Amino acid sequence: MSANAAPVSPLDEAAVHGARDAAIAAVHAARDLDELKTARLAHTGDKSPLALANRAIGTIEPARRGEAGRLVGQARAAVDAAIAERTAVLEAEHAARQLETEAVDVTLDVQRDRRGARHPLELLSEEISDVFVAMGWEIAEGPEVEAEWFNFDALNFGKDHPARQMQDTFFVEGDKHLVMRTHTSPVQARTLLERELPVYVACPGKVFRTDALDATHTPVFHQVEGLAVDKGLTMAHLKGTLDYFARAMFGPEARTRLRPSFFPFTEPSAEMDLWFPQKKGGPGWIEWGGCGMVNPNVLLACGIDPEEYTGFAFGMGLERTLMLRHGIADMHDIVEGDARFSLQFQGVI
Amino acid sequence: MPRVPLDWLAEHVDLPSDLTVAQLAADLVRVGIEDEEIHPAAVSGPLVVGRVVEYVDEPQKNGKVIRWCQVDVGAHNDDGAPRGIVCGAHNFAVGDSVVVALPGAVLPGGFAISARKTYGHVSDGMICSARELGLGEDHTGILVLARLGLEAAPGDDAKQLLGLGDAVLEVNVTPDRGYCFSMRGLAREYALSTGARFTDHGLPRSPAETRPAGGGFAIELADEAPIDGVPGCDRFVAQVVRGVDAAAQSPAWLRRRLEQAGMRSISLAVDVTNYVMLDLGQPLHAYDLATLAAPIVVRRARAGERLVTLDDVERALDPEDLLITDSPAGSGSRILGLAGVMGGAETEVGPATRDVLLEGAHFDPVSVARTARRHKLPSEAAKRFERGVDPRLQRVAVQRAAEMLVELGGGTIEDAVTDVDETRPAAPVRFDLDHPARLVGVPYTHAEVIETLESLGAEVGPAQDGVVDVTVPSWRPDLSTGVDLVEEVARLRGYEQIDSLVPTAPAGRGLTFEQKARRRVAQTLVEAGFVEVLSYPFVAPDSHDALGLPADDARRRAVRLANPLADTHPELRTNLLTTLLETLRRNVGRGLGDLALFEAGQVTRPEPGAPAAPDLPLAVRPSEDELAALHAAVPPQPRRLAGVLVGMREPAGWAGPGRAADHTDAIGAVLRVANAVGVEVGLSADDHAPWHPGRCARVTLPDGTLLGHAGELHPQVLDRLELPARTVAFEIDVDALLAAAPREPVEAVPVSSFPPAKEDFAFIVAETVTAAALRRVVREAAGELAEEVREFDVFTGPQVGEGKKSVALAVRLRAADRTLTAEDVAEVRARIVAAAGEQLGAVLR
Repeated sequence: MSANAAPVSPLDEAAVHGARDAAIAAVHAARDLDELKTARLAHTGDKSPLALANRAIGTIEPARRGEAGRLVGQARAAVDAAIAERTAVLEAEHAARQLETEAVDVTLDVQRDRRGARHPLELLSEEISDVFVAMGWEIAEGPEVEAEWFNFDALNFGKDHPARQMQDTFFVEGDKHLVMRTHTSPVQARTLLERELPVYVACPGKVFRTDALDATHTPVFHQVEGLAVDKGLTMAHLKGTLDYFARAMFGPEARTRLRPSFFPFTEPSAEMDLWFPQKKGGPGWIEWGGCGMVNPNVLLACGIDPEEYTGFAFGMGLERTLMLRHGIADMHDIVEGDARFSLQFQGVI
Repeated sequence: MPRVPLDWLAEHVDLPSDLTVAQLAADLVRVGIEDEEIHPAAVSGPLVVGRVVEYVDEPQKNGKVIRWCQVDVGAHNDDGAPRGIVCGAHNFAVGDSVVVALPGAVLPGGFAISARKTYGHVSDGMICSARELGLGEDHTGILVLARLGLEAAPGDDAKQLLGLGDAVLEVNVTPDRGYCFSMRGLAREYALSTGARFTDHGLPRSPAETRPAGGGFAIELADEAPIDGVPGCDRFVAQVVRGVDAAAQSPAWLRRRLEQAGMRSISLAVDVTNYVMLDLGQPLHAYDLATLAAPIVVRRARAGERLVTLDDVERALDPEDLLITDSPAGSGSRILGLAGVMGGAETEVGPATRDVLLEGAHFDPVSVARTARRHKLPSEAAKRFERGVDPRLQRVAVQRAAEMLVELGGGTIEDAVTDVDETRPAAPVRFDLDHPARLVGVPYTHAEVIETLESLGAEVGPAQDGVVDVTVPSWRPDLSTGVDLVEEVARLRGYEQIDSLVPTAPAGRGLTFEQKARRRVAQTLVEAGFVEVLSYPFVAPDSHDALGLPADDARRRAVRLANPLADTHPELRTNLLTTLLETLRRNVGRGLGDLALFEAGQVTRPEPGAPAAPDLPLAVRPSEDELAALHAAVPPQPRRLAGVLVGMREPAGWAGPGRAADHTDAIGAVLRVANAVGVEVGLSADDHAPWHPGRCARVTLPDGTLLGHAGELHPQVLDRLELPARTVAFEIDVDALLAAAPREPVEAVPVSSFPPAKEDFAFIVAETVTAAALRRVVREAAGELAEEVREFDVFTGPQVGEGKKSVALAVRLRAADRTLTAEDVAEVRARIVAAAGEQLGAVLR
């Protein structure tokens, strides 16, 4: 292009301006960085009119070199500024185009790692533990295969009392006086024998009874046991603890009701009903567990003077709690170990 | 459990005329008697008495003769005219009163009655047989009321007449309250709950019931081996009734009541004794006097004795069984029955019986309970005796039964009556009148406490410093201590009076280290994509074979249950994988092909020759030795953790081909878990069932203790368990892991800000040299400068030679205090190469 044009005199203002304007027009006309590069080489390169004019300044008379230098210098500066400006624009355009071409469908399935989950009974058990820990209680544990003495005798079950037969016990073969614990209550006796008084413990765990699996029964289920032994504890403290626990599990509207009942290890004893606002067919009372004041014979079996200390205890089934709270209709889902069941319980349940 | 027909209950306590079964249930539950079930009325809709006005017998083409009847049903007549009803039976006459189900009635079994066209007539109802009404098996003809001794006018409600319209409440009586196995006891509780007037039919009401005993049939109480010092029988009342027609039918009302209570009518004598038992709570027995040889002796069984009980089962007796015997060939030579449990066949009352001996006794609850359990005979009598029967009730109950027998079967009550009474009144309970307030937290006044105790039949002596002697009523043997009385006060004054106060526990220590660590372990696996499941601990003995456990493997030594739920699964699991793999199979069977499951739980690992647990008494703290023996008998139950993976670990899809789960995922899961609790574990190859012998890592703690195994499962095991090929698994001992976990605060090492030097090494070593060994040697040689050592390439092939492999390691070196120079790095590099060569025969490629 202009490389083949006639040489421009550095003193020819019109020619210098013409070369400048031609350069600026070419820069502006460039549609991408490649065309800009071509324009730049053509109009600012060694053989470009302005470069040649610049070089020619040395050949003219010294008196006019200043004038020529200014004229050519200003023209070249204007071209450089145009190039810089155009470069910025085209680079920005290029970057934007690049990002556009790199766009992906972000809604495609990204789950390359498999999702895991806890079993909701374990989550519930931990949640319950946290409720009691927040009250200053501690969490106690015990074995699942248990000495009969801990499961029954220490809890004031007479050796021939019908109550001992009510529990549908799994016995270990061979007259070893071992059973699968029928409730978490043996942990009461273990705790009282091992710990310093006062004692405030909750014991979640597995228990076993010879019930066949159906929609509402399972031979292996979970209970949480609560036990407090201190000076001056009354049934009002039992009721207060149960109400607190019910609210923690079922919300601020929940409360409990006690009904007279019988357990060998408590006297007085009570069945505990839960006011359940979300009950199917309208709010109502639902059986939730058993409770009472620790029978003095239990304290005696653990070497505690019942004249000095009193206590209360309660226990309820976690499966029932889970079924009530989460609308689970059939026990099979809880016990069969289908991964899809556990996977429903994400987050804080 | 007892059933409570309202009209029967009403004989003992005043009931509101509009009392519903639901309200009765609510009233009883308030004092601790829970409803078990409400048995709906057998019949609903119009069931009325009808009188047959006339009929025509009409032969049919099929050979039958139907009877076209006009029946007067009083107010239910059609515009005053009798209703026309077709009937197939002929055992009635004009003028007979019968039971008519009118259109709209629903009979037992859901049989709905409507007017229908049949045999050329519109039959406007049905004349009923006893069987159609659920009143027995008799369907030979229709029920004629006069034959049941019932009289009624046309149009009367037959449901009420026959007791068919009443729903009946069944209650659940807790084992401490035997007296509630009777109308008498339940009525008393109803009265205590509602304040209704109660009439105690258990008290003598005629002079006959208190006439002096003596001269009756001879009875000897000869228990030579009382259990725990308590005589097996401490009262025995015997009464002879002569000239009874034992073949007489029990009247309709008696049969109806028995059926409402859930019992069947058997014979007059049995029905009468059962009725009195249901009414008052005293089990009775009737003998055919002619078959007895005096005296009756109550004694324990002797070794080798046998008895055929009323249920026609021959039973071998235990020396602890208490027996009723008589004396045909010497004192106590013939066994009549198991005392308080079940009679024998030989002396049963039969249709030909004329003279009856009635027995009303009081037996030791423990003795009866053991015999009933030993012979698996939970009879109605045993149920009551083992819960405790009122020891003052025997005379009254026997007299009532005798009077009923005479009334219904004729005959006379012999004047002489035997009453061997060795009962002793229970000692009064010393009772602090403040105890209820102290334990329940309701400020009951002394007057309230005394009034409540008296309301339940106790006698309260004069107070001295707020302490009284309470004589409990004879029907409440369960009330023997102060707290028993506290419960009575609390329940009768109402649990709803109790406040709600949250007690202040002392500052707690929170979760234990193990509890926190176990949560962390589970959470770690969840984050690695594992789903937690729970499985039952019951396993089949052949599951050990399926897993390929060697004959002497400790995991075969399992606790066995005496009464497993399924006979095929009598053992308790000794490891988690056995049951977790079953759970995996269920999931796979449901079409879930890509899975990672885990379970955390206790297993049972019995020690050979472990002693039995001692049998220790109640209410006494065991000695330290006894406690040690208890603990020693309970088998160790370590907490374990197991996981399985099957199918794709990463799914194939748009992002790539995916990755199948392999042994590295199982081993990696164990490393993650160990890392989560700060334990560095070691890996080595192992051959351990049920794993693949070439793909099984033995995982050990720093001190060398076995933690568990991880890797791919043995292909044959997977075949046997019908699980997908290449299933991988791990199982570790969580207790052992946590025991090794550091509990002290982590001591932080300053982080070096000097630049690292990265060096790669490609060693050729024998194939038997493990990566772990190579890594260890490199680390030791690099010393403190080694920041990270890892393999980045492993291969075998002709270029490395037979029995060799190439292992490439990337080593990152860094000094704490300076930038490493080229000379430093060269020196370390030389040390590493030399050490690998010397210790492992490694050659740098």
